[in-house]
Formats: sequence, C-alpha cells, structure tokens
Amino acid sequence: MGEVILTMKGIDKSFPGVHALDHVDLEVRRGEVHALMGENGAGKSTLMKVLTGIYTKDSGTITFEGKEVEFHNTREAQEAGIVIVHQELNMLGHLTVAQNIFIGREFKKGIAIDDKKMNEEAAKLFRRLNIDIDPTETMSNLTVGKQQMCEIAKAISHEAKVIVFDEPSAALTEAEIDELFKIIRDLREQQLGIIYISHRMDEIKVITDRVTVMRDGTYVGTLITSQCTKNDIINMMVGRVIYEDPKTKSMVPEGAPVVLRVENLNAGKMVQNVSFQLHKGEILGFSGLMGAGRTETARAIFGADPKQSGDIYVNGEKVVINSPEDAVKHGIGYLSEDRKRFGIVVQKTIAENTTLATLKEFLNGIFINKKKENQVAQQYVDSLATKTPGVDQLVVNLSGGNQQKVVIAKWLARNSDILIFDEPTRGIDVGAKNEIYKLMNRLASEGKAIIMISSEMTEILRMSDRIVVMCEGKITGELDIAEATQEKIMNLATREIS
Amino acid sequence: MANRNGTAGKTKSSLDRLGGQKFVVLLVIVGLFIFFSLMSPNFRKYTTFVSILDYSYYIVLMSIGVTFPLITGGVDLSIGTGLICYSLVGGYLISFYHVPVWAGMLVTVLFGSAIGLLNGCLVALMDIPPFLVTLCTCMITRGLGSIIVGGFGITWPTAIQPGGWFRNIFKLSTASNTKIPIGIIWVVILVLVMSFVLNHTKVGRYTIGIGSNKEAARLSGVNVKAYHILAYVISGTFAGLAAIAYSAVFSTVQPGTGAGFELEAIGGAIIGGVSASGGAGTVTGSLLGVLVICLLKTGLPFIGLTANWQQNITGLVLIGAVMIDVIKKRREVK
Repeated sequence: MGEVILTMKGIDKSFPGVHALDHVDLEVRRGEVHALMGENGAGKSTLMKVLTGIYTKDSGTITFEGKEVEFHNTREAQEAGIVIVHQELNMLGHLTVAQNIFIGREFKKGIAIDDKKMNEEAAKLFRRLNIDIDPTETMSNLTVGKQQMCEIAKAISHEAKVIVFDEPSAALTEAEIDELFKIIRDLREQQLGIIYISHRMDEIKVITDRVTVMRDGTYVGTLITSQCTKNDIINMMVGRVIYEDPKTKSMVPEGAPVVLRVENLNAGKMVQNVSFQLHKGEILGFSGLMGAGRTETARAIFGADPKQSGDIYVNGEKVVINSPEDAVKHGIGYLSEDRKRFGIVVQKTIAENTTLATLKEFLNGIFINKKKENQVAQQYVDSLATKTPGVDQLVVNLSGGNQQKVVIAKWLARNSDILIFDEPTRGIDVGAKNEIYKLMNRLASEGKAIIMISSEMTEILRMSDRIVVMCEGKITGELDIAEATQEKIMNLATREIS
Repeated sequence: MANRNGTAGKTKSSLDRLGGQKFVVLLVIVGLFIFFSLMSPNFRKYTTFVSILDYSYYIVLMSIGVTFPLITGGVDLSIGTGLICYSLVGGYLISFYHVPVWAGMLVTVLFGSAIGLLNGCLVALMDIPPFLVTLCTCMITRGLGSIIVGGFGITWPTAIQPGGWFRNIFKLSTASNTKIPIGIIWVVILVLVMSFVLNHTKVGRYTIGIGSNKEAARLSGVNVKAYHILAYVISGTFAGLAAIAYSAVFSTVQPGTGAGFELEAIGGAIIGGVSASGGAGTVTGSLLGVLVICLLKTGLPFIGLTANWQQNITGLVLIGAVMIDVIKKRREVK
C-alpha cells in the first residue's frame, strides 16, 4: 500500500425524509483494494455517487491527490481520474462495444468520428485485459458477463487513478470472477486505488486489503482484511447475522410426490432435451456457468419463451403452458434474475406490486379493494421484514433486497406451489440474503417446491436438496446434496459435449 | 469460443446483408412505380414524374429532420403546421416589406430552427413528454402564422416576378419550357450530409445514445441535454427548409393548412426503419420510406382511387412496417 490518494471526511447527505449519509469517512491508498461494505441501504452507493459527482454533498470534504475537490458531474470526476463501474449495467444496447467504451470522448478525424481507431483502441484494451470480445459487436448481443467486462474496460480506459467497482461480481460466473480478480490485482500493481463494493464475504477476504464498514448511513469502522475474520465484518455490519446451516442431506421426506415433471423440453439452442423432476418440499438447485441455459429453461417452463417440443406434468397431469398466464394458472411462480425488467413495476407501490398476480381476489365488483390490498401487503412486509416506511411506498425507492422481497410477496400472495427463483440473492447483502434463505427453507418445509437457479456455488451447496447441473443447453448431471461437492459440480458444468 | 459465449450465436440473414428493411422498401418503391406505370399511361409521362417530385420535396425534407427526434425516442408533431407558419412569415416579409428574397428565405429557415429550439428546451430541460410539447407547438404555429400575416394567403414571387429566381432552386425551366427537377440534387446532398451526421459524428452518435439508454449516456459524461435539444433544432430547421421547398413549388400558402404533413413525414421515417421506440434508424431509410408515401399519394389518383383511399392504404403500409419492426425485435430477444 502506498500513500493516501483519496480521503472523504465527514460526508453528510440528506434526501427529503432520509438522512442517507451521516458524517461518513473513507480513506483509500495507492495500490490498495479497499472494500466498502454494509447492508442494503447502508449508504454505500450514495457515498460513491457523492464521490463521482452524481450527488452533491451537504457537508464534508473530499481530498484527492492532496487537493480538495468537488465534482459536479461524472465527467469532471472522470477527467480527474475517478471512475465508477456501475452495479446496474450502463450500456447503450444499440451501439457497438467500442462505441460504448468511448462514448463521451470519441476519437475524431476532422468532424467525423473515427470508428476505426476506436475499434483498434478497444481491441488493444481487451488484449491488455486478456478478454476475448469483438469491439464491433453490437452491445445488446453480448451476455451480461461480457457486458460487465466492457464496463470494466471502459473504466480502465479513462487513465483512472481510482476505480470504484460497485458489485462487479454479482452477474459473473466463478470463472469470470477469477478473470476479474486477475485484472484487479494487475491494477493494484499499477498503484491504482480501488474501491470494491460487494456482498460476497469470500471475495472480500480474497481480494481486498482493507475494509470500511457502513451501517444505516453512518461510518462504523475500518479494518485490515488480513487481520479480521468474516464474523468481525459481519458483526460490524449488522451486529447479529448467523447464516442458515448448510444442508448435508436432503430434507425432502421419503416418498414425497412429484409436483413438476419436465420431459424432453426443447426451446432453441439453449434448452435441449431437458428432463427433470421436482418433488413437494424440495429445493432443486440449478447450477452451471453463465449461458448454460438455466434461465432459458425456466423461461420456457414458465411460458415466457416459446418451446419447440416437450411435455410438462404438474401433479401428474399433463399441462399445456403457452404463456406465463397458463403457468400462473397451474401454480407456477417465476422470480426473474432481472427484477427491474421482469419482476416488478418500479413506478408502482408495494401494495400494487404485491397483488399484481392476484388482483382478482381484491376486486369488489369493478373496484379494487384498496384496504384489503394494503392489509395483505402489510402482512407480507411484516413476515418478510421488508424495510419500508409503508406499503404505499413506490418500489423504485427500495433497495435491491427489499425489491426482491416484494417479488416474493407477489408470488406468495398468488399461493403458487411451484416457485422458480432465478438468482434470488443477486445484489443482495448478507443480512437480507440470510432472510431470503430462511424464507426459502420455510417455504419448502411448508410443502412448496422450489427451483433455485444460482451462479453462486456456496448458495447452491447451502440451499439445495438436489442439484441439477447444466452445460450448453443440456443437463449434464444430477447430484444429491449428500454427495455434491464444488469439484463435482464444476466438472459437470464444464464438461465438453460432443 | 468467442462466438459461443460472446455473441448469442447470431448470424446475419441474407436480407440483413442487403440492408434489411431498406432493401424491402426499395423493392416496394420499384414495384409501385412499375405497377402505376403499367396501369396508367398518364403516369408514364415526364411531367407526371416532375410533379411527383414537386409533391415529394417538402415531405422528404421534413422526414430527414424528424428522423432525429424519432431516434431519440421522441417525436416532432409541430413540423407540418410549422412549415406553413414559416412559409407565411417569410413570404409576408418579401411581399409586404420588400425584403430581398434570400433574406425572406433565411427568416423562414431560422424561424423553423427557433421553434425547434423551443421544442428541444421544453423536452430536454423541463422534461415534458415530446408528444405533448410538440402537440402544443403544433397548435401554436398553426395560429401564429395566421395572426402574423393577418389571416390571408401569402404568395411568394412567381417565376416571372422579380425574385422569382428562387423557384429555380427546385425546378429549372429551359427555353423550350421543359422542366428540369434539380431539387433532386439538393435532396441527395442533404440526405448524404445528414446520413454522415447521423452515422459518423458525435451529434448522431449521441442522438442514438439518447434513444438507446439516456441515463447511461449521461453517466458517461455526455451533455445529454444539449444533444437532445439539438435533435429538435435539426427537425425544426428541416421544417424551415421544407417550407422553402413548399413555397417554391406551390407559390401560394394558405393559413390554417399543413396539419397532417407531419404524419406523412413521420410515417415515412417509420416505414424506412426508424424504430418507433427510438435508438435505431437511418436517414436513407427515412428517405425511401417517405418516397413510398409520396408515390402512393400521387400514384393512386392515376388508377382512379380518391384521396380517401390513399390515406387508407398509407395507413395499412405503415402498420405493415411497424409490424416488421416488432417482429424483428422479438427475434432479437430470443
């Protein structure tokens, strides 16, 4: 670790009704990876937005390279050398990879944009990072993982001195995370200051040098990572958390009936001859690398995408599912990996979202029974411990973990017996994560059948009764939790299929 | 390996390689032309050809301009009534205040730019939906032109009057009274210039950026507001240029007309592949799309169909084009 490059001192920021940051401190040195941790709503993202000029602070000072600075927009921050890799992917889908990387500072030849040079520079950048992406590809054609890599390339291309990674690994597979860490270590070698926001405790231990913890908008403390334990950090964050114990054997009772049977499902290239069974009270983990076809399988079952062939049996009876409406009718609920796009209506209230799939039950004639709607929504807010001032709060104002709880409430209200959780804890912090784990275990013990798609190996091993592994659109194996290990799963997930 | 994970295994169809929707539209134009020529001997005449072009210039120019707000995900409804308003004001100055014709033309174009600036500011700075903003300026310009000139029709100088030279900008008369439609040259030049602007300059890149993901563009340090405003200024300026073309071709301009012109221009742009939700589109596509509308408008009367039919058929063609766009998007999602 070198000298101090960035100091934020006594940063204060209020929004109407919320004291988002209460005199927060942060210090970053050259050649350091500094973790910034805290639960949802602890104020990490707000602090970073103050740093990069998206928000203006109410009071406090920011000192960068020995001078006090104040940025008024991201461009000023970028020019000074502070760049953020956003949690939500900020991509312009219609433009190419190179055009995205250099947007806002295009190379020019006279008045024309020099696309050729931009492509060359982008290719150079990718070579430096050892990433295999074609700069001329249209951004929307890339997978989420590759898009993330482009975001990072974009940040690095700014001659940055401080790079903020806001949950960079949330959408990445294990292999991609290894790649990412290699990049981050390189950057550390080059004496950059790196702020790393993540909820994954394992990563913090592996990649960071120091960790600053925030709670409810306040500064809790800074630790040297190598001198503290996971529990030290967790205690600082929440003061309570104990994780659900990992399963060592299946919790499904002997002879539990099969509630969902899928046979020879085919839907495009990503779903080929997929067959499996799901029992009552079971959590069936779907593991595999990104692009293995897990989400596509779920979407095909749910009727969100068309299927070419295959049969689906619910409670032993063959059913026809051609649309999500059909699936819902048969008691299947789907919690999308991309909440913003498919899970919730962000500009509506919690109550409205909760009853979205069950509105019929809340009708008095043609009128919506608002009172009943609010009551039911409140009930779920209580039982899921959703953090909100009230059920009339717009969902857009909630943090990621709390948004996920609203989606869960929606399907619980629908009384769905088969729940498909697609990356249920993506972008969700430790405390909320554990609540969702508990909730899933509770639902299973109450007899719900759960399919859990997850890219996090620890999550798969912690939660599943049985594990299905997919690779390139095919199921490559099935493991009982008693015999499953990381190595076995990875082996199946990367198996070459001839 | 790169292709397996990097791109969703997308291969371009042979149609895409030929230019996709644009190629289809080009075939439609050729098909319509052949169809009308076979059906009506009068359609085959040179004078008809010239008059089709006369009726096309102003809509083509509007369409080039409106492509920009459309690509940002917005719309500009003020260009039709605006065109008449700008033309009235310019013509009024020329015939009542005897300003030089070139100055009257300049005022016409700049008036268009000014209304575009107003639209842009209301959309980008005040965050009012473009549909509302331009609906209001559509009504405002419709009344404004009439108020300024006192409610009467305005006649721009005719070919024999002093200052009639400006009509030669679009149509050159030879000694033997053959008309040469040199307006084509201007249209081609403007299409090339604006194509270049859209595809190879910051203005175009950021216009697409705003339509694709405005927030991402903003966070990348793009002055989103300025470029958003600029899209409407371009649209207004081209409405001003269209006003010149209109005045040169029709010479007399009546207050209160012009409503509906914008729909032909917008419809043309969408037929030509501008995405109705923003983010995608080309100037050449808009040109081809608007030519389909102009051909229908001028060609259908030759086979005995009235103006009502022309509206009907144009609407059907538009739905067809929008459906192509929607189906294409669905395929991309897969």
